[in-house]
Amino acid sequence: MSESLIRARGLTKKFDDFTAVNGIDFDVLKGESFGLLGPNGAGKSTAMRMIGATSQRTSGELTILGKDPEQFGPQIRAHLGVVPQQDNLDTQLSVTENLYIYGRYFGLSRKFLKGKIEELLAFAQLEEKRSAKVESLSGGMKRRLTIARALVSEPEILMLDEPTTGLDPQARHILWDRLFRLKEDGVTLLITTHFMDEAEQLCDRLVVMDKGSIMAEGSPAQLIKDYSTKEVLEVRFGSERNAGMANDLGQLCERIEELPDRILMYTEDGEELLERVYKKGFHPKTSLVRRSSLEDVFLRLTGRTLVD
Amino acid sequence: MILSTAVAIAEARMGKPGEKYYSGRSRAIMERAYIAFKSSTWMIVISGFVEPVLFLLSFGYGLKDLVGDITVAGQPVGYVAFIAPALLATSAMNGAIYDSTMNVYFKLKHDRLYHGMLATSLGPMDVALGEISWALLRGLSYSIGFMAIVAPLGLIPSMWGILAIPAAVLIAFGFASFGMAVTSYMKSFQQLEIVNVVLLPMFLFSGSFYPLDVFPEWLQTVIRIFPLAHAIDLVRGLTLGNISWALAGHAMYFVVMIVIGLFFTTRRLNALFMR
Ligand SMILES: Nc1ncnc2c1ncn2[C@@H]1O[C@H](COP(=O)(O)OP(=O)(O)OP(=O)(O)O)[C@@H](O)[C@H]1O
Ligand SMILES: [Mg+2]
Repeated sequence: MSESLIRARGLTKKFDDFTAVNGIDFDVLKGESFGLLGPNGAGKSTAMRMIGATSQRTSGELTILGKDPEQFGPQIRAHLGVVPQQDNLDTQLSVTENLYIYGRYFGLSRKFLKGKIEELLAFAQLEEKRSAKVESLSGGMKRRLTIARALVSEPEILMLDEPTTGLDPQARHILWDRLFRLKEDGVTLLITTHFMDEAEQLCDRLVVMDKGSIMAEGSPAQLIKDYSTKEVLEVRFGSERNAGMANDLGQLCERIEELPDRILMYTEDGEELLERVYKKGFHPKTSLVRRSSLEDVFLRLTGRTLVD
Repeated sequence: MILSTAVAIAEARMGKPGEKYYSGRSRAIMERAYIAFKSSTWMIVISGFVEPVLFLLSFGYGLKDLVGDITVAGQPVGYVAFIAPALLATSAMNGAIYDSTMNVYFKLKHDRLYHGMLATSLGPMDVALGEISWALLRGLSYSIGFMAIVAPLGLIPSMWGILAIPAAVLIAFGFASFGMAVTSYMKSFQQLEIVNVVLLPMFLFSGSFYPLDVFPEWLQTVIRIFPLAHAIDLVRGLTLGNISWALAGHAMYFVVMIVIGLFFTTRRLNALFMR
């Protein structure tokens, strides 16, 4: 059993009388990649800020590396690299100056930073932009710079709040690759996302959050196994007819979900199910067989889709 | 021992007082301000410095023959030498106020700059102290510049006058600290106008251009609630060589102002960014 770097028990955050995070329990182990998955407003960022020792919890227990962030804020933050949901780069400074000064905030020496900055510029593929002012960077470049900046202090725990939002597909894949490498170097990753593929790719373990609570916890594969079937058949009959079909179709498979534009049928074998659908005399306009994903897990748990 | 990792550096402060709020690294904030300043507009810097010099030239030399000597502590003093220390104190104030109000307001509202700083091992007091110290430096440099102009003109008759520089540091520190505290509570840019509404009358009535005792007793008392009168008395006492315990009292006023300002700024930053 490896040691628990982050431990939350009944962790709660209220803003006035609104509960943003509602008594969540989880452990993040050393070296693993842990995800918080959930729709807008689930409380992911709020949880991240409490872990990042920049927001005080309302109640519950929270320890990071065995310490309470409320008592040891600066010491805990020294272990963390934080990529916030909204970039907060220093817009008055250039790319290199941003990396440099961030290192200085941690008290790192100029000599150390000189080498580190070169390494990070290469990591973020921003060598050509080294002297550019932050304002002149594209959204994706800013994101990469924010991520590079979080690494300047060589953190043990890297916290990424929706790291790939705003990145193009290629940049996303490059970032995933970088994150894998960091993980190989022993960095513990804590990631929030509402991209299913990202969670499946990056996370060893994740919690599904909704409305401030944890709905389920496990590895992506385990969650799919526990909460969904192997395959899904998606059928469309046209919007006004979908509703009437649900009852009849429900008899053919383990479970169905009705969405406004389509019906999802859960089964172990999608092709075989589709055949049975036709045999019963139903003729969907379109049909698609796919493997179950975390999206289906989420739908099962909350009755809603993850990305509206 | 040279500490080389962020963790070792932060842990070296374990158990020190205020460790939750202060990591002893406000210099990093000043370094940041310096880097940003290098590429900023020099016009703003120059204009703040020129203002008191213009007052000195126009009022001082314009009125000196009309007004004649002014009696301070039983001694006659030339009019220009009378207003020069007041303008020195005012330039310390102006420099300190600029960075601690307008600049800080912008950073608080429009940039997520402080969010970024406070996600590191810095604490809110590092940020407060760093920003205030930077603002103080501008006040100090204005004062030194002003001194460099007035001293050769023979407007600093006493040797004690050299202490006007550390006095300017104290004054600038006080204004910067209090200014940042006030700014951190401002909700809109319009509210920031309050600063100007207070500064101008304070400048006009605090005894810059004539002794305070021309006013009735009660008005003098009101004026002495505000800091600039104390700043002017402190600097004037030094440049004219009228050393008394009263100067220590004026200095104390600023020490209290620094402490109050720093306390409320730290508290407010904590409430705004660490909630
Ligand atoms: N400072 C705040 N004051 C008041 N309410 C807040 C504050 N921060 C967050 N909330 C509320 O808490 C809830 C959770 O917000 P949070 O930002 O944690 O969600 P999230 O899961 O990160 O969502 P998203 O995917 O949109 O980033 C939301 O309803 C939000 O309005
Ligand atoms: Mg969020």
